[in-house]
Amino acid sequence: MAKQIHVALIGNPNTGKTSLFNALTGLNQQVGNYPGITVEKKQGVCKLNHVTKAIVLDLPGTYSLNASSLDENVAIQVLLNKKDRDHPDVAVVIADVENLKRNLLLYTQIKDLGIPTILCINMADQMKRKGIALDIPYLEKKLRTKIILTSARKKDGIEDLKNTILEYRSLSKESCLDALSFDQEYFANLAKAFPQQSLYKLWLVITQDVNFGKIERPDWKGDTSFSVKSKTELKRLQHKETVKRYHFINGILKEGMQVDLSAATGIRSRLDYILTHHIWGYVIFFVVLLVIFQAIYDWSQYPMDFIDEGFAWLSGFLTSVMPEGPVSGLLTEGILPGLGGIVIFIPQIALLFLFLSVLEETGYMSRVVFLMDRIMRRFGLSGKSVVPLMSGTACAIPAVMATRNIESWKERLITILVVPFTTCSARLPVYLIIISLVIPNQKVLGIIGYQSLTLMALYILGFVTAIGAAWILNTVIKIPSRSLFVIEMPSYKLPMLKNVVITVIEKVKAFVFGAGKIIFAISIILWVLASYGPYDTEELKQTIYAQSQNASPEEQEYAFAAAKLENSYIGHLGKAIQPVVAPLGYDWKVGIAILSSFAAREVFVGTLATIYSVGNDEEETIRNRMAAEVNPILGGPMFNLASGISLLLFYAFAMQCMSTLAIVKKETLSWKWPMLQLLAMTIIAYLAALLAYQLLK
Amino acid sequence: MNSTLYKGFENITNEVLVRGIKTAIFVLFKINLNKVKRTIATLRRGEKGIIDKLPIDRIPLKLLEMGCLPGNEVELVQRAPLACPLYLKINGSHIAIRKETAELIEIDLI
Repeated sequence: MAKQIHVALIGNPNTGKTSLFNALTGLNQQVGNYPGITVEKKQGVCKLNHVTKAIVLDLPGTYSLNASSLDENVAIQVLLNKKDRDHPDVAVVIADVENLKRNLLLYTQIKDLGIPTILCINMADQMKRKGIALDIPYLEKKLRTKIILTSARKKDGIEDLKNTILEYRSLSKESCLDALSFDQEYFANLAKAFPQQSLYKLWLVITQDVNFGKIERPDWKGDTSFSVKSKTELKRLQHKETVKRYHFINGILKEGMQVDLSAATGIRSRLDYILTHHIWGYVIFFVVLLVIFQAIYDWSQYPMDFIDEGFAWLSGFLTSVMPEGPVSGLLTEGILPGLGGIVIFIPQIALLFLFLSVLEETGYMSRVVFLMDRIMRRFGLSGKSVVPLMSGTACAIPAVMATRNIESWKERLITILVVPFTTCSARLPVYLIIISLVIPNQKVLGIIGYQSLTLMALYILGFVTAIGAAWILNTVIKIPSRSLFVIEMPSYKLPMLKNVVITVIEKVKAFVFGAGKIIFAISIILWVLASYGPYDTEELKQTIYAQSQNASPEEQEYAFAAAKLENSYIGHLGKAIQPVVAPLGYDWKVGIAILSSFAAREVFVGTLATIYSVGNDEEETIRNRMAAEVNPILGGPMFNLASGISLLLFYAFAMQCMSTLAIVKKETLSWKWPMLQLLAMTIIAYLAALLAYQLLK
Repeated sequence: MNSTLYKGFENITNEVLVRGIKTAIFVLFKINLNKVKRTIATLRRGEKGIIDKLPIDRIPLKLLEMGCLPGNEVELVQRAPLACPLYLKINGSHIAIRKETAELIEIDLI
């Protein structure tokens, strides 16, 4: 019988925890959510030997067990609650050689929980270069554990770690210091009242009460004398605890670690000097942004064209081999065009996340935060808002989650509220297709195309609107806030290919399946609504053919198809909303596309593709179908400069993403904020589109 | 801090010397150095200090956990434009904090 060992990886951020997790589990990992909350849960399987495997849980990075964020709270919950499904048999604390002192603080806390704990010192290959020498036997004795030196990059020590995990029963469960001796009386009383509980666990439960209330707490039996200590008092005690632990750690490191300062490298300080320079720092950041955007548009064009053509071909192929009927119709006119609309922007999402994860991995992102903090604060944001705003160009959902490390609630709230203005990748397919239809494919000065300039302008518009909205919100929202900004500046690292690739695959997968489900469902519904209607087919056919007696049979056929669509359920619905969208320059088909894209923006292209392909037998790309569409009222192409710009502006501002609204609700714990976003953004979008169309008409 | 400086002046400790210099500065320039509080915010680039005291209630716990505690060494690595935030090396950790927080942490120069 195969045996399972539950292993929890825990450590400070930037210790190479994820690299180690990837080294242990490879691609054998699942990313999900903890039940009820949106904290990412990463779990993987690692074969220890032929009978035993380890279920490895990668807990969110944390500096200590005193949680100050939802992510950190998860780590504590898993470690504290023995009944938790993920409660580990053995904890592996990951430390990095350079910051051993700070990393050991967390280690001593985990050790106090009575879980067998392995100390894994990562990035050990850099010890010599940094002039660090460790007395491992001494440290093992003092810390009461096994110490494994690893280098996740070079795969050193991984086997060692696996073997130690196998032998976890032989590890000591004792604490390595008495950290709670600073208030003898208080803790003596506590121990007397709950003799069967571990004192440190009790203490954690009491202090977590200050921050969060989610952990299952012991029965206080009506005795509240332990939990009523004031917030400040508790914080003071936590402070004392921290001092106590550092005292212990400093003591043993004095003996167990030698640092040759002359070996300290100058690379870091030289890079820091340039990258955080008050002129060069900004120049470099701007160049980095430019390179990212330029690369994304240039490189992704080819795979995107290829995918578009591919779907058109597949659709045509299926039409020709499948017998005609509702199944074939649903597949080639409903599902395939809908899916094509999502698969097409995989290349761009992948590239964007590739760049973002490289910036994150190298440690450059923290420098950007440092550089931008002062500027962002003017607008009520934090330097840490730069990361959400940048990842917002991929997708607002991870961007909203990335605001969690912003300490001030006001700065965080404003960031969450303005992030949906940044140009997310779901807007891209809409932008790209409209731009290619209405903006001439010519070049300014023979180098830069009008089309790419328009795209660039839309990105800038997104950022400017986000910043402007932040500035307004900052003056409107009255929340007292204190600046608690703290950010670690990690050392520079070369990005690890494996980590980057895994991140990109995960994000693309999440995107395709998340958005794919909605688009799939919507395209089926749309197809049904567009193919059927409250009309009698024969009767309609006769009417149309009678009306167009003089036309050729082909034209008669076409007129019949158009009439069918117009009389379908969706046609009726579209007609109903036409008065609302007509001032913006759209007909009822575009109106339907906009309405359906309130579920998710990218549905727009898929919807138009579905609507236009119903009753149209030719296998064509979406773009050609849109170009051929005629404005029913004014004549001329449906998508001209006026309606095109109006559409672009509408999509630039409108809040058309149910998933974002849902995540904002989860993160702000209220419907108030997402509703405000929906209303305000949609009104702005409508007015901007109206103005643009009426002026350009 | 009882290291002697010169032969014949054994009774003059660093402390006495510092007090003497401070008095001289007060007499000459009318600046009372005892009242000038040195905080992390007053550090110049590359300057180091030892953390003296900090108001626990107003400092984020995370900062304390990263090693920002009395007795530990702090160095100003870099200052962003307009003097905020400050890029520090505290107790071996590299962290950035805002000026408001830095102003709360009193230090002794070394």
